[in-house]
Amino acid sequence: MSTPVLSVRGLTTTFDTRAGTVTAVDGVSFDVGPGEVLGVVGESGSGKTITGFSVLGLIDPPGKIAAGEVLLNGRDLRTLPEAEMHRLRGDRIAMIFQDPMMTLNPVLRIDTQMIETIRAHRDVSRARAREMAAEALALVGIPSPVERLRTYPHEMSGGMRQRVVIAIALMLEPDLIIADEPTTALDVTIQSQILSEMQRLLAQRNTALIWITHDLTVVAGLADRVAVMYAGRIVETGPVDDLLDRPAHPYTQGLIASIPSAVPRGTRLVPIRGMTPSLVNLPPGCAFAPRCPHASNTCRAARPDEQARGHGRALRCFHPLETTP
Amino acid sequence: MLAYLIRRLSQALLVMAVMATIVFFGLYAVGNPVDLLINPEADLAEQEATIRRLGLDKPVHVQFGYFLGGLVQGDLGTSFVHNRPALELILSRLPATLELAFLGILIAIVLGIPLGMIAGLRPDAPSSKLIMAGSVIGFSTPNFWQGLMLIMLFAVFLGWLPAGGRGDTVDVLGIPVSFLTWDGLSHLILPAVNVAIFKMSLVIRLTRAGTSEVALQDYVKYARARGLSPTRVVGVHILKNILIPVVTVLGLETGNVIAFAVVTETVFAWPGIGKLLIDSIGLLDRPVVVAYLMLTVFLFVMINLVVDIAYSILDPRVRIRGAKA
Repeated sequence: MSTPVLSVRGLTTTFDTRAGTVTAVDGVSFDVGPGEVLGVVGESGSGKTITGFSVLGLIDPPGKIAAGEVLLNGRDLRTLPEAEMHRLRGDRIAMIFQDPMMTLNPVLRIDTQMIETIRAHRDVSRARAREMAAEALALVGIPSPVERLRTYPHEMSGGMRQRVVIAIALMLEPDLIIADEPTTALDVTIQSQILSEMQRLLAQRNTALIWITHDLTVVAGLADRVAVMYAGRIVETGPVDDLLDRPAHPYTQGLIASIPSAVPRGTRLVPIRGMTPSLVNLPPGCAFAPRCPHASNTCRAARPDEQARGHGRALRCFHPLETTP
Repeated sequence: MLAYLIRRLSQALLVMAVMATIVFFGLYAVGNPVDLLINPEADLAEQEATIRRLGLDKPVHVQFGYFLGGLVQGDLGTSFVHNRPALELILSRLPATLELAFLGILIAIVLGIPLGMIAGLRPDAPSSKLIMAGSVIGFSTPNFWQGLMLIMLFAVFLGWLPAGGRGDTVDVLGIPVSFLTWDGLSHLILPAVNVAIFKMSLVIRLTRAGTSEVALQDYVKYARARGLSPTRVVGVHILKNILIPVVTVLGLETGNVIAFAVVTETVFAWPGIGKLLIDSIGLLDRPVVVAYLMLTVFLFVMINLVVDIAYSILDPRVRIRGAKA
């Protein structure tokens, strides 16, 4: 495999709260290669968004990155001075946020927000930046981009706004894009348009993509590899088809079993029992043990370490499921 | 837009007419100015002559009729006391008050907004706590006491600035202004600071509340994720979103200072319209009081108009429409 664009090793992000220190991201490691799409899947509160922000170094107090390395093309971002990080953000690493209604500043025109991004990173004239912005809008399929530049975010639909945000992300041809549930707030038809648009654009540019979502069906269609997060840890990773066909972690299996379209019509959906644990008082053993149908005393006593399983797969479980290929 | 302006102005006229009527009859009910104005030693014939000259011998509805007749011709009546047209009397004192009010508001904006933003961005820093404590003192101690303290400190103990009066003025376009001469400016500083303290405290609190709320919005994080400089994030993305409440309150406060700066004007013997109003009420100088209050209403309506226009500039989602109120 070629050298990864982004290599995260043992990333740990903690928040000091009144109730104690919460470890929102706990020893997370993964690689993303050029042109590769990594799907990060998990329920709300599993630490997937915090992982994205940690990579960008955008963790605000009381949160802090407690340990780990974030290597972008071999450079450790955690040791870079803040000024250097400003130069990287938006340029080498772009981020797409969840809610397009909330992402663009409501009181600034689209052109203002696009041009300021370009001029923060490229030494170009205002006129040239405007041309670049219009080209970027045309690229993501926005009709009459020059006129669109002069509008305010509230004058656009949600899908249009998310296209604008995607255009901003692609505009400076970053090495890596982190997309945090970018289609969750959109309706299904727009969602699939945006997904296919993203696939087309990424294939052209060899950009690495981290796609954070709770939706396994989106991951199935888009990602090359999947990392399943639970309570701040990656519990299982692997190539997307293999992992979805033969989940080895009971949590992954539970997620798959709760998708309506994955089970034959007429069968009851199987929800995962219980709720995501509070990160303040995690059980001493495996965080999933209280909800796991296969949990044993070992699971409740100790945390499973990550084991490589071949075919690029790895998981953290004492009792992996033996599913036949 | 034009329809909007016309409607606003006709509303203003209506309010002015209603208010003039109420004040006219109200002052009539309070007492007879003749008792205060006429030298008790003057003989009966002289007294009769004065009463007739002022038109006070007629029944009140006839007096009101004369007042309306004058109003149509743009004549707001003649002061009983000064024997000069009321409007002329007010306009001769207005520049002093306007100068005081605008400088006070300017100080409040220039210091209040940055201090409020500092307090909002770093709520736990000692500097922020100091700013907030200062603002509490600023608007909970009485205005006249602050004025006296300023005089004591800067005029009596330190002797840096004069304690009262207006100082030298220069005519600009026929209007006497004092901020262009050193002597005038030194007389202006203390009263302006006195006016500014309360407004500044208010601006600090509004700005802090807005900043701490807006700083958590997705679009601020997104601006940072695009690699914009902290100056631009704070100075454009946050600032523009917090200005609406600040502009609203400052608009109302500007009207307040102009119309009712009487405390400051009395403490610093500043020859503005606030003092004129109090003197006129004391002497039941009805034409001056009525003219003064009509001017005040006009001023408030104008300021509100400016504030509404400022809204639409600050927030594109607010659009001025001719059809709706």
